[in-house]
Formats: sequence, structure tokens, C-alpha cells
Amino acid sequence: MEPYFDNAATTYVDEDVAKLVYDIMTDKYGNPSSKHRKGMEAEQYIREARETFSDILKVSGKWIVFTSGGTESNNLALIGAAKANKRAGKHIITTPIEHASVYNPLLYLEKQGFELSFLEVDEYGKVKLDSLKELLREDTILVSIMTVNNEIGTIEPIEECAKIVKEYNKDIVFHSDGVQAFGKLNLYPSRIGVDLYSISGHKLHSPKGVGALYINPKIKLNPQILGGGQQWDFRSGTENVPGIAGLSLAARKAYEKLDERVGHFKEIKDALTEGVMTIEGVRNNSGDAPHVASFSFEGVRSEVLLHALEDKGIYVSSGSACSSNHPGISGVLKSIGLPKELLDSTIRFSFSERNTIEEVEYTVEALKELVPVLRQFVAR
Amino acid sequence: MNYQAYMIKYAEIGTKGKNRYVFEDILCKNIRNRLRSVGDYTVTKEYGRIYVTPEGEHDYEDTIAALKTVFGIVGICPVVISADTSFDSIKERAIAFVGEAYSDKKKTFKVNAKRVNKQYPMSSMEMNADLGEALLEAYSELKVDVHDPDIMLQVEVRNEIYIYSLTIPGPGGLPIGTNGKAMLLLSGGIDSPVAGYMISKRGVGLSATYFHAPPYTSDRAKQKVVDLAKCVARYSGNIRLHVVNFTDIQMAIYKNCPHDELTIIMRRYMMKIAEELAKKDECQALITGESIGQVASQTMQSLTVTNAVCTMPVFRPCIGMDKQEIVELSEKIDTYETSILPYEDCCTIFVAKHPVTKPKLEAIEKSEKLLEGIIEPLYEEALNTVELIHVRA
Repeated sequence: MEPYFDNAATTYVDEDVAKLVYDIMTDKYGNPSSKHRKGMEAEQYIREARETFSDILKVSGKWIVFTSGGTESNNLALIGAAKANKRAGKHIITTPIEHASVYNPLLYLEKQGFELSFLEVDEYGKVKLDSLKELLREDTILVSIMTVNNEIGTIEPIEECAKIVKEYNKDIVFHSDGVQAFGKLNLYPSRIGVDLYSISGHKLHSPKGVGALYINPKIKLNPQILGGGQQWDFRSGTENVPGIAGLSLAARKAYEKLDERVGHFKEIKDALTEGVMTIEGVRNNSGDAPHVASFSFEGVRSEVLLHALEDKGIYVSSGSACSSNHPGISGVLKSIGLPKELLDSTIRFSFSERNTIEEVEYTVEALKELVPVLRQFVAR
Repeated sequence: MNYQAYMIKYAEIGTKGKNRYVFEDILCKNIRNRLRSVGDYTVTKEYGRIYVTPEGEHDYEDTIAALKTVFGIVGICPVVISADTSFDSIKERAIAFVGEAYSDKKKTFKVNAKRVNKQYPMSSMEMNADLGEALLEAYSELKVDVHDPDIMLQVEVRNEIYIYSLTIPGPGGLPIGTNGKAMLLLSGGIDSPVAGYMISKRGVGLSATYFHAPPYTSDRAKQKVVDLAKCVARYSGNIRLHVVNFTDIQMAIYKNCPHDELTIIMRRYMMKIAEELAKKDECQALITGESIGQVASQTMQSLTVTNAVCTMPVFRPCIGMDKQEIVELSEKIDTYETSILPYEDCCTIFVAKHPVTKPKLEAIEKSEKLLEGIIEPLYEEALNTVELIHVRA
């Protein structure tokens, strides 16, 4: 048995998606900018992909830009919006639990003269709405709050946050990193005041190297990649047609059976949680996201447990104890008030449709066997 | 410039009396082996020198880079060869050579002509004078200095004319294979690859042993050691890397022995295992990256206690070096960037807060008695489950 519980890191590519990608690579390989039929044929895939996204997100199709992935989407959104709106102010608000692809572009902006403020989160990682109200200022131009946290699976109250921001000043650009949310829950950005929404392909069974960004047509955004002017100048470079078509198909499949998928994730997550919590000295850090569970194992180093599980064919991720020195931001686990000795003892499990209850049972047995053994050997 | 050959200078092996030919033949063989992946070359010994001659097109930079990793080579002189032996042609070639090889002509020079072919109509002295004059005429900024010239232009008259002046420094040392083979204890750190390099420089072939402690050390840590071995193998030739699963032994020591002695006892077992593997691999010595006082397990007392388990000589070429000196060498041989990748190795996982720094052999041996009956099967198991990785140069 080889249970793969690291689906928040990346997922297998869906077979239909792989076939489609292969077909486009070897047969429908035209450049969408070419004037001939071969180019037109390729362009058609991109048009269809935009339609898919406009259906799922309930937005106008024109405002989906395809990128190389979640990181590029976040970079384009944050740097592009900050630079285009700097005349209105230089204040940016975010959370202390963002992914590095949000956090590091924001640090870059800070070095460029922008000012960063960090929201408070509660013990479950949820943004405190009062703290958002307090931090908003006249010169605030950008707010970035992730939809689902990648390490513990907190679902943030995006709708409420966007509402507070837009009521304060409708010109403030609201960005949300939807990488862990897309394909797992419904969010309609244009209806709730989200101006920029980042999506990654390889978290939902499409190939790596493709992603998307929803852009509200009313906001100003500077492109970050210049060149041939593809995608209305927002993102130059020949479109990754096979990747985009693959992403589109994967997204469609994910949303066609959303309830079923989420139901399956929940079943797996509940079974795993029940089993793991029978082990002594375990803390459950999991948020509400159906596909992510996080546990801290007292007296066990997460990396060692990870490799011990790997030895049994079980793949998980170690919840990183972020060592950032930046004031106000110190990693997700620290932000939710996890005791210091547990920071380095945290394991994340994340699920896909392929995971089974048998795999969960096998994994719980493995943990019951390994954790007590590993607890005997710690640096004294 | 288009060089037709590379003359290989070697110093030390010229002094080894009757063994000289053996040494030269091994050096030729090593050069051939090293160049095999670079292109087609013939390597020949003539007139007491080694010439590397490319067959057809060749890449100058690649050739030099490869030759710089062959121990025994002190200098590499790129040579222009001309079949036309008329003095006018030699003059023309010499002028062209200086013109191309030195962009800045504000230099002093000396011509050193040699005649292997004594039938040549001019004497060496005449050639020196006439070529010097021709060069001065061609480049007005050049100056003659017969004592300490910037450019020593060598012109050799054989059946063909050989012109050279640049000497690119080689790695020095002795050809690998002229001094047996040793077993390197290779960790993922900075010191041990450097130690391996230094000993192999003296003509010693290498095998290596790495102690792997899953799940405490990851496959990435193992891959890092393979990568380091590859860097060293560029100089030392192929390395047989033995990966020993050390977890159970480490656990047994952890459970049964005083914690502050854990590292020192662990290292004694590493040395024992490495020595066994060394014997099997026909090595005559062990190599470690230890340096006096660098960490608790490398104090003189600790080294003494560790050393006591070995019967083979243990070479510790870094012993008197400062960390910075070791780092500089590791940068030179390109292992530094790999060495500093942050994967845990088995020496650091259970380190005590206050390990013994002045262990006594009797005390350590007494502690090891606590392992009797427990450790023997684990020791056998570790030796029987060694994974052998062939690391190619």
C-alpha cells in the first residue's frame, strides 16, 4: 500500500487531463497567436478554458489570465496592483499565515517603500475581523487574505473581510490566494468583492506549470512580464496551451462532482482524525478545509516521523516551523499559538479522491507503532 | 588561438628513479581515462615528455579543465606545432603566437630556442637573437629581460617546430594508483571531501563509507553524499561508496550508554566498520576529515580514543587546518555548495548538550561493555546490508 497524503503539495495528473495535454502537445500544437488555422485551433482551447473559469467563478470570461502557476499569479496580483495604485497610497494589509508566494512579494514591496501591516488571527488561524477594521487606513491600497490556509486548512471569512474592506473604501484592491481553495469550495469573486483571485493547476490534477488569475476589470494592474502583448498585455508570452486546456478540464471535473469530492475528503479526514486522536499526546490543529488535516505529535520530530512513515510507503508533509525573523509574521503554527515544543512536531495530511479508508487504517496503525518508538529517542 | 597539442609538465615523478617509467605510464593512462569523456585525444610519451594531441576539432577550455583534475600534472603548456621548419616560417609563427596569446604587449620577454634536431642549420643562440629581434620589431612595446621575463617563449626544433610559452598550473601531486588505495569516511560535511581530495592528491585511489540513519537522516542527505563523492571522484577516479545503515547501532548506544559518551562511542563503531570495509576493498588506510579541537569528538583525547579501535593507519590531512582553510579548499574543488545543504547527518541527531571532551579510553571501554550481547548482531547486520554505489569520475 502506498498512501499519498500530500495532495496539498501536489496531486497526480488526472488520466483524461494527461491524454488531452498529450494530444494538444503532439497534434494541436499551434501557437494561438498564429494567423493560420493551426493557430486558431490552439486559440480555441484557451477560449474554452476561459469559459470554464467564467462558469465556475461566475465572472466575465475575459478577465481570466493564465499564468505559470500559483506563485506567478500571486506575484502578478500583488506587485501589479501595488505598483499600479501607489499614487493612492502605500499601505498594504495581509495575514501572518500567508504562503511564501504572497509573503515574499509583499516583503519585496516593503523594500520598495510600501508599508505592511499584519492582521491578527485566532487559535484556529482565522482572521480577526476587528483587527481588519482597526488596520484599514486612508492610504491602504491593497489587502491580501488567503482563502484556505495550506498548512492547517483554515477557511478564512473572505466574504466578511472583503465586505469590511469595500465598505471602508471601494477602491482598495482585495486579493485572495485561492490555491488551496479552488476545486474544494465555491467562491464567486466578483459577487463578494474579491478583485484578484489566484489559482494553481497542479493542486487539482492538472500538470505543474500552469495557473490562473481572475482580475476584476475595474481595478488597475501593472503587468509583470513584458513581451508580445498576449492576454491583453497582462501576461506576455506564448500561452501554455496544453497546460491551460488541462487545467480547464481538471477544473471542470473537480466542480462537476464537488459535493461528492468534498464528501469523500471529509470521510477520510474524519476517519484519520478519529484514529490519530486515540494516540496519546497528539494535538489536532486542523481547520475546516475538507482536504487538510494537521496534527502535532508531542516528543517526536516531524521530519523523523515523516521519513519513518515514508519507509512504510506513506507520504505526508512536515508542518514547517517557520523561522522568519520578520516582526508580526512568524509562521502559521506560531501564529495560532502552538507551543514552542510542538512547532517542530507537526505533520500535515492532505487528501485526494484516490485515498481510501483502508489507507487511513494502515496509516493510523503505522503511527501507533512508530510514535511511541520515536519518542524513546530524542536529543536529551 | 588554435593549439595542436598540450605539453604536460610533471615534476615530482621525474625524481623517482627506476620507478619513473611506471609513474609516467600511469599518468598517461589517467590522462587518457580523464579525457575520454571530453573528446578524441592521443596521449604519447616522447623525449621524456607527455604530449596530449587532440584528434580533429577540440574545445580548449574543456581540455584544460579536464587536465586540471589529473593529479601528477604540474603544468599544462598549449603548443602550436608547425611542419614548416624554415626560419622565416618560425619567425612568422613566433610573431603570430605572441600577438594572439598576449593582448597586452607591455611585457618583458625572452626567447629560449632548443634544438632536438641538431642538424638544423642555425644554432640556438643565433635563433634566440634573430627571433628576439623580429619580435621587438613586430611589437614596439615589448622589452627584453633575460633574467626574469614575463613571457618565456619556448621554440623547439624537432622534426616539426613546437612553440609555447603559457604554463597553466595543474593540480600537482602524484598520479592516482601509484600509492595504493584508502577508505574515506565521508559525511555530508565540509571536511571529509576535502580530506579525500588531499590524500588522493598523493596518488591514492579512494573508496568511501557513509553512515546512513533512516528515518533520522533522509534520502536527500544520502543523495548529497553521492553528489560530494562525485565531486571528489573527478580528481580521484571512480569511488566505491559504501552506505552503511547505522540506525540500530546508534539506537543501541543511545539506550545503553551514558549520553555524554554517545558521540565518541558511535565514532568508534564507525571506524571499526569502515576498517572492515576497507579490508574487504583492499584499502591500506582510513581517511577522516578530523581537525584538532573542531568539535568535542575531535579533541586530542577524543581522537586518541577513536583511534584506539583501528589497526590501520588513519590519515587526517585536515588535522592542522583551520575551518577557513578547509572551506577555501572545498570551494576550490567545488564541494562547498553541496556540503552546506541543510540535511541532517547521523552525527548531529542525538548530540548531547555537553558531550565529553576529555574521554578516557578505560572509561569508554567500560561503557561499551554495556553493549555486549546486544551490539554484535547489529554490527553484523550493518556489515551485511551495506549498499554499494559506484560513483563514476
